[in-house]
Amino acid sequence: MSEARPARPGLYYPKLPATWWLKRPGYVRFMLREVTSVFVAIFVVELLVIVHKIGQGPQAFADMMARLQSTGCIVFHVVALAFVVYHTITWFQATGVVQVVRVGDRQVPPALVVAGNYVAWVVVTLFILYWLLVRS
Amino acid sequence: MSPGKTIEPLWWSLFSAGGVVAAFLVPVHLFLFGLAIPLGWVSVSHARLLALVGHPVVKLYLFVLIALPLYHWAHRFRFVLEDLGLHGLRRPLAVLCYGSAIVGTVATVWVLIRI
Repeated sequence: MSEARPARPGLYYPKLPATWWLKRPGYVRFMLREVTSVFVAIFVVELLVIVHKIGQGPQAFADMMARLQSTGCIVFHVVALAFVVYHTITWFQATGVVQVVRVGDRQVPPALVVAGNYVAWVVVTLFILYWLLVRS
Repeated sequence: MSPGKTIEPLWWSLFSAGGVVAAFLVPVHLFLFGLAIPLGWVSVSHARLLALVGHPVVKLYLFVLIALPLYHWAHRFRFVLEDLGLHGLRRPLAVLCYGSAIVGTVATVWVLIRI
């Protein structure tokens, strides 16, 4: 096919109410999975602010940590942690489906690929905890 | 850009890379800086953190940890908004989402080089 693709034709979108995803549990899980990205984004921006405060000095950093002690922040971070862990779980699940790993001629069973991801996640997490907390 | 070609694969690659980074690295950092340190379960001195964030390898790590997940968010959130019925705003939504991620990337570089 050498001809250029024509300009995108007018796409048809069925008219659905904005609450369509509440209709089935599977749709709700899909929406929850997509929404994990919002918590991921909020946290990395927060992390950038924390890094900035660390650069500004001990007082700025201590003030930032004090602000994060408020009930609202703690509740938000508990919820956010649940969402980002849900991202991890769903991401690993999708990886198992998408990523075909072969050893020789044999395909590694998807469940094993997923399990490998979990093992790697635990190792990475423990290493970061060790690096930050123990090695100081 | 020649007709028929889009930069969609670029955004998808960044989405995917950001998704991997978010899956492996975000939970532990959120647990530490959102809960464990503020609540006093663990303590890390400011001097230790300053020494860490001043290290070039750690800066590179933080760049990857902060910037890539922004593209992951941009790509997913764009389609969440479309799925909620904002099909008419396809282009502005794309510009807004990917644009925010680019602004975030610039801000990340700015913060990291100033430390």
